Amino acid sequence: MLEVLQYEFIRNAVFTALLASVACGIIGVYVVVNRIVFLSDGISHAAFGGIGLGYFLGSNPIYAAITFAVAVAVGVGATSKKLGAREDTVIGVIWALGMAVGIILIKLTPGYVPDLFSYLFGNILTVPRSDLIVMLVLDLILVLTVALLFKELLAISFDREFAQTLRLPVNLIYYILLTLVALTVVMLIRVVGVILVMALLTIPAAVSEIFTKRLIHMMFGAAALSLLFTLLGLWLSYLTNLPSGATIVLLASAVYFSTLLYNRCAKRK
Amino acid sequence: MPNLAVEIEEVSVYFNSKCVLEGINLKVLENDFLGIIGPNGGGKTTLLKVIAGLLKPTKGSVKVYGKPPHKSEKLIGYVPQLNQPDLSFPATVWDVVLTGRLNRSNLIKPYSEADKRAALEALKAVELEGLKDEPIGKLSGGQRQRVFIARALATEPKLLLLDEPTLSVDRRLDTKFWEYLNELKSRMTIIVVTHDISALSKYVDKIACLNKKLYYNESKQITREMWMEAYQCPVDIIAHGLPHRVVEEH
Repeated sequence: MLEVLQYEFIRNAVFTALLASVACGIIGVYVVVNRIVFLSDGISHAAFGGIGLGYFLGSNPIYAAITFAVAVAVGVGATSKKLGAREDTVIGVIWALGMAVGIILIKLTPGYVPDLFSYLFGNILTVPRSDLIVMLVLDLILVLTVALLFKELLAISFDREFAQTLRLPVNLIYYILLTLVALTVVMLIRVVGVILVMALLTIPAAVSEIFTKRLIHMMFGAAALSLLFTLLGLWLSYLTNLPSGATIVLLASAVYFSTLLYNRCAKRK
Repeated sequence: MPNLAVEIEEVSVYFNSKCVLEGINLKVLENDFLGIIGPNGGGKTTLLKVIAGLLKPTKGSVKVYGKPPHKSEKLIGYVPQLNQPDLSFPATVWDVVLTGRLNRSNLIKPYSEADKRAALEALKAVELEGLKDEPIGKLSGGQRQRVFIARALATEPKLLLLDEPTLSVDRRLDTKFWEYLNELKSRMTIIVVTHDISALSKYVDKIACLNKKLYYNESKQITREMWMEAYQCPVDIIAHGLPHRVVEEH
C-alpha cells in the first residue's frame, strides 16, 4: 500500500486531501449551522464561469474561479437586499448563469481544453504542485480569519438579531464568512469537482455535529472525517478503478446515512 | 427628575404599505418597569425591535438614553421571543451566554476575565450555573428562555427589553421570574411585552396597551377606554383582588 506514495501525483493527492480537509472542517461547519448549503452550491456552480474565463484568457483557471466565487458570494447578498428579490431565487439564477458563462467561454476558447472534466467531477490525482501552494495560502487565510473572528462568527451564526443589538458589524462579518465559503469551494472543486463540492462541504460537518456539542469540536471532527473520506475514497477508487471524486462522495454519503440511522436508533433506546 | 430611558416621538412603522405602528409616543423613565400588553398582531414585538434598534421606523424618532438606539453602546439587553430554535446548534449554555459580552471594542480579541465573571454572574442570576456545559439544544424551552435572559443580563444593560419572556417558562418558576425582574429594576429600566396580565398587575409599575396605536397614561391603571381602543371590543375588567380577571361582555 505505502509503495504508491513514491509517485509524485499520489503524494500530491494526499497533500490535497489534507489541505482541503482543513478548509472543509472549518467552513463546512459554518455552512451547515448557518443553513447556507444552497448558497454554497450556487457559488460552486458560478465558479465554473470563472474556470471558463480562466481558460478563455489563457491563465490558471483557479485564480479566475476564486474571483468569480467571491464576487458571487458577496453579490448574492447585495442583490437580494438592494433589489428586494428572494435570496434563494437569486442563487438559482446566478447558479445557472455561472454554468452558462463557463460553457460559452470554453466553447469560444481556441484549441483543445484539456481537463474540463476534472473541474466538473474533480480529479484529485491531477492536482499540480502550484495549486498545492495556492491551497496552502487559502488554508492559512481561512484559519487566521476564523481564529480572529471565532466568537463573532459564533454569535451571528447562532442568533444574528441579538448580535445586531450588540452593535456588531453583522453584515460585514457575514460577507467575510461568505468570502471564506467561496475560497473553500474553489479549493474543493480541485478535489471533487463543481458538481460534487457540496458533499465534502456538508457531509463531514453534518456527521461531526451528531457527535459533538461545541462548534470548535465539530470543526476538528469534520476535518478528520473529511480527510478520512478523501483518502479512503481515493484508495477505493484505486482498487476499483472508478473515478475518485464520485467514489469519495459515495463513501461519504454512505457514512452520512448510516450515522443518521444509528443516531435515530440510539435516541429511541 | 429621573432621566428619560426611552423617548419615542410620533413613530410609525409600515411593512410595504401595511401600517403596523401608528403615531406612537412613549416616554419611559429610568428604572421604570413597564409592561406592554395588546392583542396578537398588535405590533408589540415590532415596537420592541424599534426600541432595540433592530428596525428603523418609517417615521418618527427613537432615543435610548438620549441617543438613537443603534448608537448607544452596551445599553440594551434584548431577550427575543423564543422562536423555533435550532436544537442541534453546537454551542453550550456557556458559549451562548458569553456572546452577550461581545461588542465593537472587543472585536477579534478573546474574552477577558471580566467578561467571564459577568457571564457567570448572569448565569447564577437565572440559576442555571449548573447547566453551564450543557448543549443549548438539550435544555427545555423554559431553561432556554432563561439562558437568553442571562445572555441579555451579561451585557450589563441599562435597558432590558423582554419579548414574551414567560411564554415557555413553567408556572412554578413564573412567580420567581417576575420577582427577580422586580429586583433588577433598581439597576435598570425594564420593558416587558407579555400576555400575563396577572403578573403585570402584581409586579410592573406601569402598563401600556398596544394595538397599532399605543394607549398609555403613565400609570398602572388600564382604563376601560384603553381596553376598548386596544382590543376593539367591549371588555370588562373585574378585579377580585389579585390576579385581575378580564371577562368579555356578551
